[in-house]
Parts: sequence; C-alpha cells; structure tokens
Amino acid sequence: MGNYFQPQIETASRDEIISIQNEKIVKQVKHVYDHVAYYRNLMDEKGVKPEDIKSIDDIKKLPFLSKSDLRDAYPYGLLGTDLKNCVRIHSTSGTTGRRVVAFYTQADVDLWEECCARAIVAAGGNEDDVVQVAYGYGLFTGGAGLHGGSHKVGCLTLPMSSGNTERQIQFMMDLEATILCCTPSYAAYLGESLAEKGYKPSDNKLKAGIFGAEPWTEEMRREIEKSLGIKAFDIYGLTETSGPGVAFECEAQHGMHINEDHFYAEIIDPETGEVLPDGEKGELVFTALDKEAFPLLRYRTRDICVLSREKCSCGRTHVKMSKPMGRSDDMMIIRGVNVFPSQIETVLIKEGYTPNYLIEVDRVNNTDTLDINVELLTGQFSDKVSDIHAKEKSLEAAMRTMLGIGPKIHLVPPKSIARSEGKAVRVIDKRKLHD
Amino acid sequence: MAIRQLSVFIENKKGKLSDAIKTISEAGINMRAMSIGDSDDFGILRLIVSDTAKAYSLLSEDTIVKVTDVIAVKMNDKEGALYTVLRVLEKAEINVEYTYAFTARELGAYVVFRVNDVAAAEKALSDKGITLMTEDEIKSI
Repeated sequence: MGNYFQPQIETASRDEIISIQNEKIVKQVKHVYDHVAYYRNLMDEKGVKPEDIKSIDDIKKLPFLSKSDLRDAYPYGLLGTDLKNCVRIHSTSGTTGRRVVAFYTQADVDLWEECCARAIVAAGGNEDDVVQVAYGYGLFTGGAGLHGGSHKVGCLTLPMSSGNTERQIQFMMDLEATILCCTPSYAAYLGESLAEKGYKPSDNKLKAGIFGAEPWTEEMRREIEKSLGIKAFDIYGLTETSGPGVAFECEAQHGMHINEDHFYAEIIDPETGEVLPDGEKGELVFTALDKEAFPLLRYRTRDICVLSREKCSCGRTHVKMSKPMGRSDDMMIIRGVNVFPSQIETVLIKEGYTPNYLIEVDRVNNTDTLDINVELLTGQFSDKVSDIHAKEKSLEAAMRTMLGIGPKIHLVPPKSIARSEGKAVRVIDKRKLHD
Repeated sequence: MAIRQLSVFIENKKGKLSDAIKTISEAGINMRAMSIGDSDDFGILRLIVSDTAKAYSLLSEDTIVKVTDVIAVKMNDKEGALYTVLRVLEKAEINVEYTYAFTARELGAYVVFRVNDVAAAEKALSDKGITLMTEDEIKSI
C-alpha cells in the first residue's frame, strides 16, 4: 500500500465512486445545457434533455464532442461560464490544425492541480522532495500542471521549463532534485547528456520521474530508468480535459489510474461510437464531471487504449487505462497498413538501437515509401560498408515483421537526428504536400 | 607491423566530408593515405594520418570513428608486384576486405590492405620476403 494525496477519494469503494459520479453528471449536464449553446444544440439535435440524464449510466445518451467541434466552437463556443469567472487559459500546440484554447476557473485550476498532486504522491513524492519541472511553461499545460501539483504536495518546486540542458543539469545536481517532470524524450536526452558529462546514474539524487505528453514504450521506460537511476512513471492528460493528471501511474507501474471523481472514462468503437466493455480496445472518451469553464462532455480523445478494473496492489480503486496504443493523429496508413511510430520505437530498442529516429513517408510512382533514419551507436560501427548494410537489412527485416510492411532503413551518425526539448517530431509525411 | 587506420562514419550529406577533412587539416594533422567506401546513405572515410590519437579524438566529437589495423606493402616498381602479394594472401587463405593504393614522393607506391587476419597476413608475407611498412615509416613520409 502506498501513500495517497487524497486517501479517502483515491481508495473509495466502487459504490462510493459511482454515487459521486451519479450526483455530478446530473448537475454537470444541466449546467452545460444551460450555459453552452453549442452543446445544447447537439443535445437538441439528438433529442436528449437534461432530465434524461438521471445517473452516470445515462451518459450513453449524450452526443460526442470531437476535435472538430472544438475548432468550430473556437474560441468561446464551449465556454461554460462567464469570462469574468475565468482565471486562465491553456492551449494546444496546434500542430494538427487549429489551436484548442481551454479555459479555467480557479476551481478548475485547483482540481487539476490536485490531480497532479495525486500523481506526484503516487510517484513517491512528499514535502521533502525537490521537483524539477522541465515541461514547457506557458500555453502548454505540462509545466503549469506539474508545477501546481508540486506546490499542492508542498515540494520545493524548480520551475525550469523546457530546454537549456546545461542549466537543467546544473540545477539538478546543485539543488539535488529528487523528482523530474518532463517529456520522456527529453528525459532520455537528459540521461544521455549526463552520461556524456561523465556522471553515473548514481551521481544524481533523482528517485522518480513523471513523464508524459507524448507516446513512449516500456522499452523506453527501462532505458530512462537505467540512465537516470530512477523509477519512471507515466502521466496522461490533454489540454481539452485540463492537462496532465487526468490519469497517472502508481508504484505498480501497470496502467494509469484515471481520476474518476473528476473525469469519467468510456471506451468506444471509433467506427460506430458504441460503448465497449472494460478490457476491450477502443477510443478513449472523457467527460469532465465538475469542470466549470470548459466542461467537455463525451470528448473523443483519439487515443486508443484499454480500461481495466482489476484490483491494484497500490490500494487505489480508480479505473486504470493502458498506455495509449496509438493515436489516430499519429497513425500512418502506408500502403494500406496502419503504422504507429510506437511500433517502430519498440523494434529499435529491441534491436539495440537508440529510440531516436525520423520517419519519412512519401509517395513515389503512386506507391507509398517508408524511410526510417536511425542513429548508429559507436559500438555498432564498422569500417566495412558491407557490415553496415547487413545491419540495415537486419533492422529492415525486424521492422517488416512488426509492421507488416518493409521500410528502408538509413543508419546515420549519432546525434544527427535533432533532439526535441518538447514534443518530438518523429514523422515527416511528404505525401500531404501533393494533396 | 600493423598500421592504425581511422574509419570515419560520414553521412551522405552536403559538406559532411569536407567538415571531417577540415577538422584534420586545421589541427595540423597530415593525411598519408585515404579512401572512401561509399553507399547511397553514408560513406566510410578511411585515413592514415600523422597523429592518429589526436585525429581520433577530434573527429569523434562529430561522428563515430573507429581504429582498424591494416597492413601496408611497398610495391616494387616491377611487373606483377601487386599480383605477387595477392597470391601470397590467397594461398594463406586470408580475405582482403578492401584495399587502396597511395604513392609518396620518395618511397614510391604502396598498397594498404584491410584483411580479416592481420597477424596471419604479416607472417605469410614476411615468409615470402615481402616487407611491410611500419607506422613510423608511413608517418615519416
């Protein structure tokens, strides 16, 4: 049994959780219907009235919201309260289209920070810890969320923001940071940079890391844990539902507990919208049960994952979600086959390469091409061209087994693929240029 | 007798080869022999230089560098000189992975061989009275 930030709710019985959800959903749907014209129209179109929602089970009757609704309603169309009650906005990076701007009242900020505080405590944090927040600060939710969570726990908070690796390392070592929060790719990069400076994993005081905001694999977790000498915990969230902390990993490191008292999760068939039972793979849908300013109901995240209600050894009772297995935004359809970057990463680590890669998809003579640049490690280099060609061929074969289609592998010198200090750019799809 | 060759991984991108050469020349290191094994994506620059250790550490800052032992044979200015050497290696069942030739003003021509078994190649050649060049000799060119 571990420590909890809010033990009563984090270990509440199933019945208690359901009764909280029942109470909140009835209130929230009424609030949204009364305040959000955009969603009221969707409900009216579907012929659903607030009175039809009597318990959390009735949530199925409600219409979905998707990213395109957020774009259509930009910027104020989904606002659930007067602007004068709002104290902050955050925004997505806008890489996949128009930016999403989310609004927060003070109560929204507080509940979000509490969720992050639960994550920090689950990772072993308490008021003695020094939390290095190396997520970006600003519009991005990563910095603000973990920063606020760290305050709530009472940790000493180092508001580093992302980038400036020299300074990150200096503060990490001099101020003896114990918990690192950043994207997993940046954590891996910090690990490499420390090693380059001659530091051993035991030279730092870090004990845990809370990493999220981009997909990562179990293999990458082990790499990071080894290079930094820590336990690495996953955290999940999205700007649309507040930010990181919607779900977080506990000491079991086997799935992320969803903060069900604030966020109700469903898994649906992405094609039909039908709700699937626990344990089945599908698209994750979230309903914010008590957010005021940006109260999204049945928001389709595009993340593909599985929910599990198996008893967790940490004592928390909240439902667990698997690491997203893919995201329809990241999914590439190459020669008719669905390919996820996470699959490529898995093969690379299994075959002994670094998880730094760059995928280029193009269309030549009406056929899709898949090229993957992979960094060669010093020990893998040979003075014979044939040896390196053989490595490329063997990696191509391993990729073909995993992906179902054969890529062309290009081995490149170490550090020739740009490192990210925020979200990693892994895919360049040149086909879009021809559309 | 073996001579240390530097093998440098060069990305097949504009300026990458000249970057490597610039690094060496700016450090005042002289190149004694050079060849490139190339493919579509990358090249392997093979160098024998006047200061192997220094060149290794400078080039390693940007890419992967490996030290490989090779042998170098001075070629007599006689017909069939290279053939003789190759026959000796073949009879001793030594594989030649790659080879490249170089000339120096006073020493004449010499040929560098990358073989699968340096010690066996040295023995086979010296048994036949073929002298291998030493690293000092090459560096003093």
